[in-house]
Order: sequence, then C-alpha cells, then structure tokens
Amino acid sequence: MNDLYNSQTFYDGLVYHGLIVPTAVPGTFGRGEIFEDVVNRFNDLVNRLAADDGAEVYFFPPVIDRKIMEKVHYLETFPHLCGSVHSYFGTSAASAQELASCADEGGEWGQLLKQTEVVLSPAACYPVYPTLKGTLPSEGRLVTVLNWVFRHEPSQEPTRLQSFRMREFIRVGTAEQVVPWRDMWLQRGLTLLHDLQLPASSDVASDPFFGRGGKMRALSQKDQKLKFEILVPVISATEPTAVCSFNYHQDHFASAFDIFASDGSVAHSACMGFGMERIAMALFKTHGFDIAQWPYKVRQLLWP
Amino acid sequence: MASIVNIDEKIRNILLKHAGLGSEAQSISVDEDLHRAGMTSMSSVNVMLGLEGEFDIEFPDHMLNKKVFSSIGSIRAAILELTS
Repeated sequence: MNDLYNSQTFYDGLVYHGLIVPTAVPGTFGRGEIFEDVVNRFNDLVNRLAADDGAEVYFFPPVIDRKIMEKVHYLETFPHLCGSVHSYFGTSAASAQELASCADEGGEWGQLLKQTEVVLSPAACYPVYPTLKGTLPSEGRLVTVLNWVFRHEPSQEPTRLQSFRMREFIRVGTAEQVVPWRDMWLQRGLTLLHDLQLPASSDVASDPFFGRGGKMRALSQKDQKLKFEILVPVISATEPTAVCSFNYHQDHFASAFDIFASDGSVAHSACMGFGMERIAMALFKTHGFDIAQWPYKVRQLLWP
Repeated sequence: MASIVNIDEKIRNILLKHAGLGSEAQSISVDEDLHRAGMTSMSSVNVMLGLEGEFDIEFPDHMLNKKVFSSIGSIRAAILELTS
C-alpha cells in the first residue's frame, strides 16, 4: 500500500486544512474559501489562455430541459448517472400532510412527488446544443460555459463528486474545423497543466456507458479515438484521475438538435472540459495543502 | 443445431427491428457491410442486445467490436462459435 496516494489520507488532509467541509452525503462536500479561490484562479487562467479564441460566453443553471436528456439518448447510455427533479403537485391539505408525515416517518416520500420538466444537467455542454439550432456561419461557432453538473455516483473518493463544475469549450462546424480544434486543445491543455507543474499525461478514453451495450459503445469509442483525457495522479499512482476531457461527437448532437454547417450538411461537434474541482485537487495533491508553499512559477500563473 | 438458413433468418429479423436499415435488412447480402449500409454504432448496440436475447447467448468482450457486427456473415460466425 503506497500511502503517498491514499484516498482517505488525502481527503482528511483537505478537511484538516479547511479546504473542504464534510457533509452527510458522499460526493457533496462543501468547498472552503481557498479551495474556491484556486478554482476561480484556474478559471481566470483559462480565460487568459483562450482570450483570443473569440468564444461566445454563456452561463446556464444546473437544471436543463428534460427533453435534452431524452434527445441525446442519455437514459439509454447513462441511466445510472442521471438525476431528475421531482416536485409536489398536490393541492389539498390532506395530501400535503401525507407527504410531511411520510417524511417524518422516514418513508419513501419521493413516491408522492411528480416529475417536473427539468433534470439536473449531466454535462456542461448539454444546454448549449439546442441554442445552436439552424445553419452555422462558415467559420462555425465556438462557445464556452462554466456550469454545475450532476452525476449520481456517490463515493468516498474525494475526486468523485455527485455535483461539480465543468469549464467547457464547445466547437461546432465541419469535421475539418472541429477535429483540428480538438487536437489543438489537447496539446494546449497538456501544456497548461505542465506549466502548473502537474505530472499530467494524455490517453485515449471511453465514457462509463451503462450495461452490456455500454461495453460495446465504450470499445467503439476507444477504437475510433473519439475521447481523450488528461490525467494526473491524485489518489492513485497507477490509476490517475481524469482532470480534463476531449470529446468528438461526430454528428451525434448536431443531428439531434438540427445544427447544420454552412454547406447544408449536418454539423459536427466536439467539446473539451476541465473538471474544476479535480484540477484544484490535483494542485493540492502535487504542491501541498498550503498554497503559500506552492512553487513560485505556479503561484505567478494563478495569482499574476 | 439450427441450420445456417434458419440462423440468417433470425439475424435478419433482429436487423429489421434494431439496425435502422428498414426493409434493406431483408435483402442485404450476407457479406455486405452493415455499417456502410447505414447502421449506426447506437443501432449496432441494440442489434447486439437483440441477438443475445434471440439466441440466448452472451457475447464475450473480445467479440464486442465493430468487425463482429459488420455483416450477417460475421454475426453468423460469432453465433456459431458461441453455440457450438
């Protein structure tokens, strides 16, 4: 057992130094002031890096139209990760009392709620695609977002959160525009993390698709090199944590949301995203819990 | 054991239901590439699951690839290997 990369020791260290605050449910801990400052400073650094890219900037709430989830076949591919918002639709005092009593008795009060038109956004880029409907300009479009996402995967690992932030860039256009853009960002992301003196490396990856069908999807995704990740060891030396991912969707999203390239063909899309909490944790793991002790050059980049 | 004709017939029925090729699933030749004919990777997953149910088999990991599901002939070869 290599204590250098012990998950519990790292979690305890984050708590001891006030960087995170434990909560009752795994994967939902609070973030302290310094942890949050690191997240914000990294986001600013990404802003400076991409300042000349001309990305349109949007912010979306953590909930999205549930039709988006349906259209991208999320329930077929990732049913185990989805989160849906349900509310109370009753009008009588008696039924409200039933709900409260059920909760008081520790019962399954969720059964008395009904599904709303929103779900928790499982990916920062999802709310963007419906807004791109129509024909793109000849140069395509580039959008950036910083959104909260939800994945139902409760875990004691500090790096596996149920709710976290993704800073994403989404590129839509022709395949000839999208693929080189993805390759450019893969290199740029690696250089950025190396400049922050993180032991980062990139690899072909696949999504955690559900079930037996998912195995085939994952193999096909790897085979076609549709997904890459940048990894940094945080809680394991042998299984480094993905802190950044790059996904080429081909025409999957564009065909679902009627997005066309200027030549009339169905557009292609790709996105790249930084897992903000994981970036912060990679920095704390690599450079220590005390930001004052971080290497001078790293501090210069984050706090210019 | 089921005859090859019988197996192909069952494969075509699964393709008709899940491959998204329409009636072409009935006429496509056994060696023709299903992906080139228009079967998406999303559809091929449903074809795989449909075949598992129809033939009461489970494709091992090494068979879960594009090549195995690329034609009626290649699917038939995999099924014969798993049921022999």
